[in-house]
Amino acid sequence: MFQSVFISLNEGFLETLKLFALTLLGAFPLGLIISFGSMSPFKPLKYFVKFIVWIVRGTPLMLQLLVIYYGPGLILGNNWWDGNSGRFAAAMVAFILNYACYFSEIYRGGIEGVPKGQTEAGMVLGMTKIQIFFRVTLLQVVKRIVPPMGNEIITLVKDTSLARVIAVYEIIWSGQAFIKSSGIIWPLFFTGVYYLIFSGVLTLLLGRLEKKLAFFRV
Amino acid sequence: MFVLEAKNISKRFGETEVLKDVGFSLNKGEAIAIIGSSGSGKTTLLRCLNFLEKPDGGQIIVNGKVLFDASSSAVFTEREIRKNRLHFGLVFQSFNLFPQYTAIGNVKLAGELLAREREDYKANRKEILKEVGENAAYLLSQVGLTDKMNLYPHQLSGGQQQRVAIARALALSPDILCFDEPTSALDPELTGEVLKVIRALADKNTTMVIVTHEMQFARDVADKIVFMDEGVVVETGTPKEVFDNPRQERTLRFLERYSNP
Repeated sequence: MFQSVFISLNEGFLETLKLFALTLLGAFPLGLIISFGSMSPFKPLKYFVKFIVWIVRGTPLMLQLLVIYYGPGLILGNNWWDGNSGRFAAAMVAFILNYACYFSEIYRGGIEGVPKGQTEAGMVLGMTKIQIFFRVTLLQVVKRIVPPMGNEIITLVKDTSLARVIAVYEIIWSGQAFIKSSGIIWPLFFTGVYYLIFSGVLTLLLGRLEKKLAFFRV
Repeated sequence: MFVLEAKNISKRFGETEVLKDVGFSLNKGEAIAIIGSSGSGKTTLLRCLNFLEKPDGGQIIVNGKVLFDASSSAVFTEREIRKNRLHFGLVFQSFNLFPQYTAIGNVKLAGELLAREREDYKANRKEILKEVGENAAYLLSQVGLTDKMNLYPHQLSGGQQQRVAIARALALSPDILCFDEPTSALDPELTGEVLKVIRALADKNTTMVIVTHEMQFARDVADKIVFMDEGVVVETGTPKEVFDNPRQERTLRFLERYSNP
């Protein structure tokens, strides 16, 4: 019994990890693009981006998952492809969009937080804009955003469980399946251990990154 | 020939005219002090000289060469503006050291990046970088910070940070070194060490434009005083002329305010 529970939970956790990793992979760059949009001097773009960010941050992620999965079929009559992969793809879109919007605000805070004097100091020293970004600004932005990013990343670990609502086979689903199949609930409770260990490891890694950047102050 | 001539510089921010036909000139080896109350346009003038602000009118001429002429329609490329900026060094009121670099790293950075544009960079990379490093170490010794060379800005006092900033501004050997209220952000007990460094530079005939609120210092160090008020140059002269025998009513009132606060 234990063995089959473990195997099943491990499989579910692998899906959870996949959701987690792919969301970060997509949301890190997309968030940066959105943040540039929200800082754009071109007003229509800026307000459009801010509107999207408002919608995404202002509604529950669970609702977004449902709308993105069922919406295309109901509105356009054009469903996601059948089976696990279609549901997984829909979940990816929802997660990446949702997290990119949160990340964009963190990036914006980080970029706007670097004092103008830093750029100006680079300029009067004859540095190019690209040199100023990579040699002066970037590391200061990274240092500023590591703590809030860490928060979001830890939240994402647990938010992946929301994919359950469109029947993506992640670890909660795996644990819950044993209620029906074997009449036992402890596998579902036991999934918590996986989350705890994973977020614990991430916390340690983020702490190390913060320490690495502690040699200077901004 | 003047090292620097600023002619009829005007600048407005929206409706506010910050500079109105401001001009002055500077000989090689001279130090000029720009004094005046807050909001008189001193800092904006300095920022115009360093191409951080674009004047709406006027000319900036360095070594007889027109670097900027508002009436010409020529559009500057980033490269040209960068080249123009290298005639000037600027020391900011708030230091603006790069926090992730050590003291010497701050002084070296721009020199190392600029060296890459040299044609012989690939062939002589090592020697060039060594030269930049040695120059940086020398400049830090000149401002009395040899033993702090490898510390990061947050490990230094304000006065030490400002001295690093001065060394950094000197690293590219600008024709004209500008100071924007270099001691205004410092605790009173730290202003002395910074003023001492600037004084030493003046003794070595460094060409300087100093915006300052330190009247005694301006009087001691500057060869010429420019008094500005509400965006115009009210009076220009030697320290003796301006401080002891101001010709303008406004200068007199300003100096009285400063001597009896």
